[in-house]
Amino acid sequence: MSRKQLILIAIVLLAACALPLLVSNYRVFQFNLVLVYAIALLGLNMLTGYNGQISLGHGAFYAIGAYCAAILMDKYGVPYWATLPVAAAVCLVVGFLFGLPALRLEGLYLALATFALGVSLPHLLKYHHLEKWTGGVQGIVIAKPDPPFGLPINADQWLYYFTLAVTVVMFVLAWNMLRGRIGRALMAIRDQHIAAEAMGVNTAMVKSLAFGVSAMYTGVAGALGAIAIQFVAPDSFNIFLSIVLLIGIVIGGLASISGAIYGALFIQFVPNVADEISKAAPWAIFGIFLIGFVYVMPMGVAGAVRMAVARLARKAQNK
Amino acid sequence: MKLVPIAALLAVAFASPAALAQKKYDPGANDKEIRIGNTNPYSGPASAYGTIGKSIGAYFKMVNEQGGINGRKVVWVSYDDGYSPPKTVEMVRKLVEQDQVLFVFQTLGTPPNTAIHKYMNMKKVPQLHVATGATKWNDPKNFPWTMGWQPNYQTEGRIYAQHILSTNPKAKIGILYQNDDYGKDYLKGMKDGLGDKAGMIVREVSYEVTDPTVDSQIVQLQASGADTFFNITTPKFAAQAIRKAYDIGWKPAHYLNNVSTSIGSVLKPAGLEKSVGLISTQYLKDPLDEQWKDDASIKEWRAFMAKYYPEGNLADGSNLYGYTVAQTLHQVLKQAGNDLTRANIMKQAAAMKGYRAETMLPGIRINTDGGDFAPIESVQLIRFDGQQWKRFGQIMGK
Repeated sequence: MSRKQLILIAIVLLAACALPLLVSNYRVFQFNLVLVYAIALLGLNMLTGYNGQISLGHGAFYAIGAYCAAILMDKYGVPYWATLPVAAAVCLVVGFLFGLPALRLEGLYLALATFALGVSLPHLLKYHHLEKWTGGVQGIVIAKPDPPFGLPINADQWLYYFTLAVTVVMFVLAWNMLRGRIGRALMAIRDQHIAAEAMGVNTAMVKSLAFGVSAMYTGVAGALGAIAIQFVAPDSFNIFLSIVLLIGIVIGGLASISGAIYGALFIQFVPNVADEISKAAPWAIFGIFLIGFVYVMPMGVAGAVRMAVARLARKAQNK
Repeated sequence: MKLVPIAALLAVAFASPAALAQKKYDPGANDKEIRIGNTNPYSGPASAYGTIGKSIGAYFKMVNEQGGINGRKVVWVSYDDGYSPPKTVEMVRKLVEQDQVLFVFQTLGTPPNTAIHKYMNMKKVPQLHVATGATKWNDPKNFPWTMGWQPNYQTEGRIYAQHILSTNPKAKIGILYQNDDYGKDYLKGMKDGLGDKAGMIVREVSYEVTDPTVDSQIVQLQASGADTFFNITTPKFAAQAIRKAYDIGWKPAHYLNNVSTSIGSVLKPAGLEKSVGLISTQYLKDPLDEQWKDDASIKEWRAFMAKYYPEGNLADGSNLYGYTVAQTLHQVLKQAGNDLTRANIMKQAAAMKGYRAETMLPGIRINTDGGDFAPIESVQLIRFDGQQWKRFGQIMGK
């Protein structure tokens, strides 16, 4: 990483830390959700962007993570921070197991299989033998964590800082993984899986693991989302969530780490803007935004930023 | 004389605190306006209900043109939540923390309202007249900032029980219910209503929302020998149950919950001839009902729709519902006068004595007090004659 990049990241982090002190609690809550989405998008991007496996069902892993956190907090009195590793582990295993049979499916067929997962999970959550834990259609209400050690900040601000810390850890881990041998293997499989195999990459293992780790990221995001919203119910995790996540990575930029943040900002704020423009057809307005973005920035926001930076650098050299 | 102006000044100085004391405001209210927040599903699977939010907005547009309430204009801030609880939380926080509304009104759906239940009560912001029939909104002890409006499911269940007891005390009752809070609320109402006669229930069967059909449940109920059927189902399953019961030749006294009384989406798919004799309840006038054709309140409502909400559907009962619940709120705000604090809004909403909007059925009144947060608790029974629902009997309930 170049020095310039390091400085840039430091500035972004500082801005992120200062944010809750400058804006209202409601905005803090919204930015908290942006961080949550960013983690989920990063997870999906590993799978779809880096590894080329399309998932239309990541909302299901988000839901599993959310329910893990909610059930542990509500039924077993586990503190909120301790629910994250559990949600991560559960989603890792579920994702890995789902990835195994999904290995046989490529492209659109995999998209359909994951779509089935995303569609069916809300119904499974309503299943009455699971009601003891899931609360059925009524869902689970959980309490909001208070800031520890008597810190002079409110619950929203504390939760934002907590989420920010988790986000930074998750991004650093992802950066480490994707920049190294594993990342190269993932991309090799995406671009030329026969060549990758010839090079000695264990395709089956890497693909399944990619599924597992991707699900783990999304599950952690789900748990953080549940803690921020303080409520989970099957209606919260319909198939639309999965679609929105896919929109997020495409808009943000496929196979780009920073793209997850741009994508998260898009899926958090653009629907609200659309709703303010038109009550009659908010999703039509959203669609116009979507087409606009895809048309103007075909490589996603991250790609557009990269190109703009490169152009500026060239201009500076020419002078 | 110099003393006179001084005396006058003194008089003003002493009088003004008293004058000021009459006007009290919380965020969202001032001399000019009252800000009211709302979420409705304008998009998504439940978007058919979105027309309620629009008709309420149109109602307050009319009120504002006529001079507002106690000289204040109503600002109606309504956001789309797509019936998704996380979105409801986000939008309601926006309403309370950023838009600074005085209270939220008619937020729609049981899951969305459950998601904000704790938050509203923690913030002490009224969650007034929510648009759901769950019984849990009537819990002033634990949730003093939340109140329902429509008759709740338990009340309705009790009323069917009363009717069964008075018409057929030897009935053998079979019950089909949806296995969730909604179904269990009705079931509890029925059992409470039967009291020590709960043994009249010979069979209870349930179904899941995820089940493809309820055919086998209907066969089980017929086999139990029940001659009275309490049908607690949502529209799709209600249509299946009505058709199946008719097709296998089971002819019980058939009570259908108010949730599924739509002729267009339940009775037509089931078959109108198979629906003859169904019994259910109503508490608002039905705009399609011939007998209200020349009714003054329905005419007024049509004029309102034509002027303020011309794109709204006159055949959609939701538009009449929105108009009626907005009238109720109008009354609460009139009662509140110049004391527009959140505490006083709840106090006035819990002090409705015999109020009625004319679009409610004759005889139905709203009564609330500090321990009773259930505004409408009476309904009238209706029977389907093959063409439309016909009212019969007395107003039942409180």
